Amino acid sequence: MSNPGTVSLKDQFLNGIIKENTIFKLALSLCPSIAVTNNLKNGIFMGAAVLFVQVMVNITISLIRKVIHPKVRLPIFMLVISGWVTVTQLLMAAFVPDVYAKVGLYIALIVAFASILARAEMFASKNTILPSMADGLGMGVGFLFALTVISFFRELVGKATLTIPTGLSTSHVITLMNTKPLLIMILPAGGFLAVGILMAFFNWIDSLYKKDRHASH
Amino acid sequence: MGGDFSRLFELIVSASLINNFVFTKFLGLCIFFGVSKKMETAIGMSITFTSVMMISAALSWVVFNKILVPLDISFLEIIVFIGIIAGLVQTSDTIMRKTAPGLYYKLGIYLALISTNCIILAVPLENAAEKYSFIESLAFGFGSGIGFALALIIMASIRERLELAEVPAPFKGLPMAFVITSLIALAFTGFSGLITL
Repeated sequence: MSNPGTVSLKDQFLNGIIKENTIFKLALSLCPSIAVTNNLKNGIFMGAAVLFVQVMVNITISLIRKVIHPKVRLPIFMLVISGWVTVTQLLMAAFVPDVYAKVGLYIALIVAFASILARAEMFASKNTILPSMADGLGMGVGFLFALTVISFFRELVGKATLTIPTGLSTSHVITLMNTKPLLIMILPAGGFLAVGILMAFFNWIDSLYKKDRHASH
Repeated sequence: MGGDFSRLFELIVSASLINNFVFTKFLGLCIFFGVSKKMETAIGMSITFTSVMMISAALSWVVFNKILVPLDISFLEIIVFIGIIAGLVQTSDTIMRKTAPGLYYKLGIYLALISTNCIILAVPLENAAEKYSFIESLAFGFGSGIGFALALIIMASIRERLELAEVPAPFKGLPMAFVITSLIALAFTGFSGLITL
């Protein structure tokens, strides 16, 4: 660790995207990954909201970590998280009302995300601001990435369209195929199916990668 | 009073079957996948969950309608509800440990897990959004608890058998659980439209 600053910052960022991807690897915070992902735009906005909350919570916790008494830390963390979630909720209701109407309930439920509390507890409460920020960014981007992949897959197969957000309130809908789409993918049942298949796919890639490294295994 | 009762019955059926939290609203999934590996844990979780759910629905209804609404600060609902739930879980944890240690050793662990369950937060939020009356809130909480219990028990009984099945390597564990949940969810879509509220 000759140069801890830059190396660990980058590693910390990548850790959340690849090694500890919230949805595909840790299987936490699964509710929104299925609930809002039948449309690419909703998936992206939900992911962005989580990214924002995660980063802000990590920053806040790492700023006040020295004044929190260890015995009351969990309630304080919950308060910080729910405070930032309320901020996000009000911002989204004001700027993207059409998305908010669909994902509003799940925005409120970011409070109960195990992943955000876990990062606050395990990382931000022990580290300075910059690493905490990198950690939050990595975790959030990993989550955004997972939601984008799932919703891309589901909308493409389920409706044969892609809704690409071009601005806060505008979006562009592309129709890709003129065939009959597989309706099941946008139904609740399809959400579970999509996540199951994508998880298996990531496991498969992982196993290929491991085989290369340990040829004897 | 007949109308009231049928309305409550409709609410319970709707919350437990038609709008089952796990299969149609995708809430509580972390707990759902976490504790559905064994029948015993699934039953323990279901009992704890349903009782905490009803108490928290009642408490948050009182706080929301008697404190937040009159003071016009209902935008604070998330912070207040999560506070109520965390406090309730902590209190029942302490009370159970002192008065019923046997029960505590069986169910205490689930109690701690409940505070990270999103259903427990979703129910008071829905109650507030739908402006349910006190009794209706209780019925909704009860129905949701039953629905969650049903989901857990179905899933646990399938997963216990799945242990012996030959699953393709990448699908082992969670991915397969997801595929199975998807099939159950498909069956549950059959309930949709049974009652329209």
